[in-house]
Amino acid sequence: MIFSIVVQAPPIQCQGAETALRFARALLDAGHSIHRVFFYRDGVHNGSALTCLPQDEVSIPEQWQALAREHKLDLVVCIAAAVRRGLINEHEAGRYKKAHWNLAEQFELSGLGQLVEACIQSDRVVTFGGRS
Amino acid sequence: MSAEGILIMTRAAPYGSSAARDALDAALTCSVFEQPVTLLFLDDGVFQLLKGQSPTEISQKNLNAVQQSLPLYDIERLCVSRSSLDSRGLGTDDLILPVEVVGDAELPQLLSQHRHVLSI
Repeated sequence: MIFSIVVQAPPIQCQGAETALRFARALLDAGHSIHRVFFYRDGVHNGSALTCLPQDEVSIPEQWQALAREHKLDLVVCIAAAVRRGLINEHEAGRYKKAHWNLAEQFELSGLGQLVEACIQSDRVVTFGGRS
Repeated sequence: MSAEGILIMTRAAPYGSSAARDALDAALTCSVFEQPVTLLFLDDGVFQLLKGQSPTEISQKNLNAVQQSLPLYDIERLCVSRSSLDSRGLGTDDLILPVEVVGDAELPQLLSQHRHVLSI
């Protein structure tokens, strides 16, 4: 089956992002495919390259990156939600005249249309962090 | 009946968080991509449709303005939970747009009429 995953949970304050990650791994292990992982609302913080954790804690953004590299996942961060929260790439840094940017590799910024397209293309769409 | 379209479920009050605005943005985008979309207002989400909001006093944009444009985007199916209205002392006359009032027992059927359900 073709799945898409919507992540609205931020990586530290909520468990939802880690649950989404484990769900994604379970899908792939079970032979399903993932059309897209779409990060919306505070879920955009999953795409930060500047997350710094103590050595004995796992970095959710790095785990998404590793999973994306291994399985060629499409990790899309909602651009409107991201720029409002200070999560930008080099292109947006230029547009908004910011000196720095912080979107991690493997993630891309795009519009909410990518969420709708994911719904059209997928047999199942599963949301994590939708009630926070 | 074959399931089609997207149902967006929203449960949050209009201004305590960005949830209401984020759900509306997703609904409008569905419409732009010509996907049939239904909005389902549950729990405190029913407050989103209250008439006479004046959120500029707390530096927020008035949701009513966007809501009134929903019919222009062909988003005409607005479903509201009867029990959520009742438990908050609200009736359809208090709401800014015509809605379809749905009883708790009818909710599973409403969800199953749609191909996908997004909870925002």
